[in-house]
Amino acid sequence: MKQFIIFVKKEFYHIFRDRKSLLIIIMMPIVQIILFGFALTNEIKNSNVAVLDNAKDESSRAIIQRLDASRYFNISRNISTQRDIEAAFKSGTIRLVVVFQPGFRQSLLHTNHAQVQLIADASDPNTATTVINYASSIIRDYQKEMNAGTETSYLVTPEIRMLYNPQLKGTFNFVPGVMAMILILIAAMMTSVAIVREKEINTMEVILVSPLRPLLFIISKAIPYIFLSLVNVITILIVSYTILDVPINGSLLLLLAESLLFIITAVSLGLMISTFTKTQQEAQMFSLMALMLPTLLLGGFMFPIESMPLPLQFMSNIVPSKWYFLIVKDVMIKGLGFSDVWKESLVLLGMSVLLLTISFKKFKIRLS
Amino acid sequence: MHAIVVNNIVKTYGAKKEMIKALDDVSFNVQQGELFGIIGPDGAGKTSLFRILTTLLLPEQGSASVEGFDVVKDYKEIRKRAGYMPGKFSGYQDLTVEENLEFFATIFNTSIKANYDLVKDIYIQIEPFKDRRAGKLSGGMKQKLALCCALIHKPAVLFLDEPTTGVDAVSRKEFWVMLKDLKKQGITILVSTPYMDEASMCDRVALMQSGKIMSIDTPENIIRNFKKPIWSVRADEMYRLLNDLKQYPNTESCNSFGEFHHLVLKNDDPDQHKILNYLEEHEHKNISIKTTKPNIEDCFMQLMEHH
Repeated sequence: MKQFIIFVKKEFYHIFRDRKSLLIIIMMPIVQIILFGFALTNEIKNSNVAVLDNAKDESSRAIIQRLDASRYFNISRNISTQRDIEAAFKSGTIRLVVVFQPGFRQSLLHTNHAQVQLIADASDPNTATTVINYASSIIRDYQKEMNAGTETSYLVTPEIRMLYNPQLKGTFNFVPGVMAMILILIAAMMTSVAIVREKEINTMEVILVSPLRPLLFIISKAIPYIFLSLVNVITILIVSYTILDVPINGSLLLLLAESLLFIITAVSLGLMISTFTKTQQEAQMFSLMALMLPTLLLGGFMFPIESMPLPLQFMSNIVPSKWYFLIVKDVMIKGLGFSDVWKESLVLLGMSVLLLTISFKKFKIRLS
Repeated sequence: MHAIVVNNIVKTYGAKKEMIKALDDVSFNVQQGELFGIIGPDGAGKTSLFRILTTLLLPEQGSASVEGFDVVKDYKEIRKRAGYMPGKFSGYQDLTVEENLEFFATIFNTSIKANYDLVKDIYIQIEPFKDRRAGKLSGGMKQKLALCCALIHKPAVLFLDEPTTGVDAVSRKEFWVMLKDLKKQGITILVSTPYMDEASMCDRVALMQSGKIMSIDTPENIIRNFKKPIWSVRADEMYRLLNDLKQYPNTESCNSFGEFHHLVLKNDDPDQHKILNYLEEHEHKNISIKTTKPNIEDCFMQLMEHH
């Protein structure tokens, strides 16, 4: 136990005495979260749509067919009650729900006016806006066609509802994304660099020639960075809550617990990287290439995963950030509870166990 | 029982085509409480040997044991009993002297207090700087700190890999005095050095070159085995002198030693006038020739040429 305490203490000395790096670690999340407050535009293809068709008449079917025929949408399910809308969104695959009221065509023919309700999942506000715009223009097309060749002008107005994020705050999407990115960067890269540094400055030689057990070494190396990453989570949450007005709708405790789980996954990744890299530079480069890029590209917060080609969609499953991103979005923005994110949590837990086992097995008790 | 036993160790690096034999069939024994020196130039294989004995590398062939424990099978036991000071400074530059020592004491499951008497004589010299970071110490101070760290858990065997490389002459002398003191405490010490003049400080030395041990004996015996007389020669133009001496038909070897060149002749010819004449023919001025006692380096040079 004494060994463990002094090792962790030593690790903290390293961190706190390297002022520049410490400043970067503390400031980076704040700067990034503010920078990323500006949203990026996304292209939407084959967004999954659920339809609640209470009318089931010629007009509603025609509109549904047009939506399905367009390359932007894909009618993936039919739902029958109002209650199912929420469930459809919670499944995570549905971007848009289209609702027709009973007697849609009748109302259109008799009063020349009818309404279609478009409900979008606005926790990803850019996508939501784009989806709504595309759907509205398809409905307008239909309306134009109906009006062609007749004196009467029929009017179909889309009634729009944004679920989860009615004010369409772009930052909502980026807070979970930046959290995933920062944590991967700090937890994984710093841990791998910290271990490889011991190899580089030769202290590893002496530590190996000591009775210190490898498991103890690994754990005491990881603990300070787990702690530091938790500090980062808290600063990110404070900055986004106070400056960017992003609400924390779910349980804060659950959010922190899930973050801790993700940090452990990231640290395990760093440990694994340290087992096959020899210099700090190598470890840094590897962390950047193998962790940052997949997090950015396949994590789901810059480019919607559903719009990717299948092989990439498949690959995104092995990116831990993807799962964490889903969890944070659900807990923080949609306000869901553990029962809705347990699957994602289980994936992260499984990844951590696997990575830790690999890095422990591959830990070299000798120099080469 | 021998403290260290090395039997026919072989260690190679690199792929088959450019394979380098770092250790080529190395064998020797070190007695309990002995101060044993491995003397050899850079690249002789000293560090590889140390790493095998400290369980950091695996030998390809042969076996070795430290305090009766096999370096491959019983590595955990050796790690409890050995003190190791690698060639490069192995402390933490950003920790203070005291923090470094405390850290290494603790990971060896002991404390500074428990073994203070062992390191006292050395630690006292760096104690005035105990709150200074190790990175800001001079080379000699760093060596002392590293030695303290290697000693703090009272090892039975101490491995010092080139402890005096990069250290000034005064600190080097001090260092050897410290090693003599440690020897008195019954600690077996295996030390390597590229400096031949340090050989005389050891109980026994092994002269090493290109992964092979050329000779193992006490420093006195190694010198005694050097049978031929040595001439110490100097003149105004030392570099030209060296070349001319090497050209001299009766020269077996000639090497530069500080202010003088050490000359060994093929057949013992006590007549120095022939050489003098030869040198005067080559227009050397202020020539001085006298016989001198051989030192370890002469022996090493001779062994090298024979191998």
